[in-house]
Amino acid sequence: MSQPVLEFDHVYAAYNGAIAALHGVSLTVRKSEITALLGANGAGKTTLLKAASNLLPAGRGQITGGRIRYKGRDVTTDTPHAHIRNGLVPVLEGRRCFKTLSIEENLTTGAIGRGLERAQIAQVLEQVYDLFPKLKLRRNSLAGLTSGGEQQMAAIGRGLMARPEVFLLDEPSMGLAPLVVVEIFETLARLNRETGLTILLAEQNSAIALKYAHHATVIENGRSVLDGPASDLAARADIRALYLGGTPEPVRI
Amino acid sequence: MDWFGFLFLIEVTIGGLLSGVMYALVAIGFVLIYKTSGVLNFAQGAMVLFAALTFVSLVEAGVPFVLALLISAAIMVALGFAIERTVLRPLANRSPMTLFMATLGLSYIIEGAAQIIWGTEVHRLDLGISNAPFQVAGVFISTFDLVAAAIAGVLVAGLTAFFRWTRTGLAFRAVADDQFAALAVGLRLDRTWATVWAAAGIVALVAGLLWGARLGVQFSLSLIVLKALPVLVLGGFDSVLGAIVAGLAIGATEKLAEVYLGPFVGGGIEGWFAYVVALLVLLIRPSGLFGQKLVERF
Repeated sequence: MSQPVLEFDHVYAAYNGAIAALHGVSLTVRKSEITALLGANGAGKTTLLKAASNLLPAGRGQITGGRIRYKGRDVTTDTPHAHIRNGLVPVLEGRRCFKTLSIEENLTTGAIGRGLERAQIAQVLEQVYDLFPKLKLRRNSLAGLTSGGEQQMAAIGRGLMARPEVFLLDEPSMGLAPLVVVEIFETLARLNRETGLTILLAEQNSAIALKYAHHATVIENGRSVLDGPASDLAARADIRALYLGGTPEPVRI
Repeated sequence: MDWFGFLFLIEVTIGGLLSGVMYALVAIGFVLIYKTSGVLNFAQGAMVLFAALTFVSLVEAGVPFVLALLISAAIMVALGFAIERTVLRPLANRSPMTLFMATLGLSYIIEGAAQIIWGTEVHRLDLGISNAPFQVAGVFISTFDLVAAAIAGVLVAGLTAFFRWTRTGLAFRAVADDQFAALAVGLRLDRTWATVWAAAGIVALVAGLLWGARLGVQFSLSLIVLKALPVLVLGGFDSVLGAIVAGLAIGATEKLAEVYLGPFVGGGIEGWFAYVVALLVLLIRPSGLFGQKLVERF
């Protein structure tokens, strides 16, 4: 098993200082693996990912306990900017492209956030266009006028422009056609295979997430309830029924 | 309408358009800050006053013109950074009303500070631009207004180029579009805000010099905020282009109304007519002529 790169150690988080969202979640993301973070709506997946990038304060939330370690160092209080510089790059839920900027400008912001120079920007831009040829075709379109799938690709591309070492994706399948979802997951899997990119992926679509992930953690009501190899979780019908939106067996009285 | 009547109409319109440029100049200061941080900076007028007073006091103390200009610009940039650091950053993520009230308080602090530092008398400001009108095809045009318009034009072109083609400019537009996404991408909101406050400080300096040369540098200068508000309502609070077009429109409308409608209601229209226009715009098109409408597919 490869070494841990991102570790959540009993992380607690709350909004407005009162509404608790995480009750001591522990989770280890290993280098060059795809880790799936599964759970129902409101389980705390988004909160956990935002905590990893220290984005909670911008939404009046905060980490109230526990530690987040990245490459062995405590990064709980690093700024979002510092996280990007260290290669810990988030892709937000709902894509959040800059709608009034062109696709290419959207991508460029990712490189600016990492502090890349002009020559490097041009180079990474070509890599992203190789990965998502559709984006190259629409490079001059305003992001707000492109399709949901193209916006998701632009959001992922924008993250890749920051040359991530660990990629934190929040619901990349949300609101997309099944074929587009497969295309995006295939690309992510390819990146993981070919470049060793580490991925932590929050998903409600557990079927597809478990298909591509190596490892999975299920959280419920802000607590980790299950953890193991993705193939084991996918095989256990009771887990799918209890946590992942499968159909439970009818209860006999 | 006879020929002279027609020439007079042209003359009034041009005069109005040129003074409209001056309104636009003040409005642009607002737009810069509103676009990136959602703050309606009521202190923009006080900054205009502060800039003009700083410059005039330096010149009166015997500092050469160009040096005084550079020092004033440096002071305005420093003021912009200081405001961002001490007022806005601690209030980040608060409601727009809180931020607006903070800038309202700030405007009094800046005005008061200006009074303590530079005194309260009216200063004459001579930029060395001739005030004599010249004639083109029978129409009189004020040289000063034309030069002022040219200076404003250069400033706007410079700002536009900056935001369009530099990386800092791109970061500015990203922050203006979606603050949270910009934060997540690793853009530094505090730096962007500091930059726009500094830019707003420079715009205030230019506006302060031009308005100061026209009206004399005095405390009523900070009241030109009230001239900028109808311009913002008409053009949209988040559009630089809107501020320019609306500034021109308001300037021309105001003068034409004064000349042609004024006599029927006993004159004095110029002071409030812009607000009539603003009110109508609010009723018909609340986001203004150029205000951001959602770029989104449904």
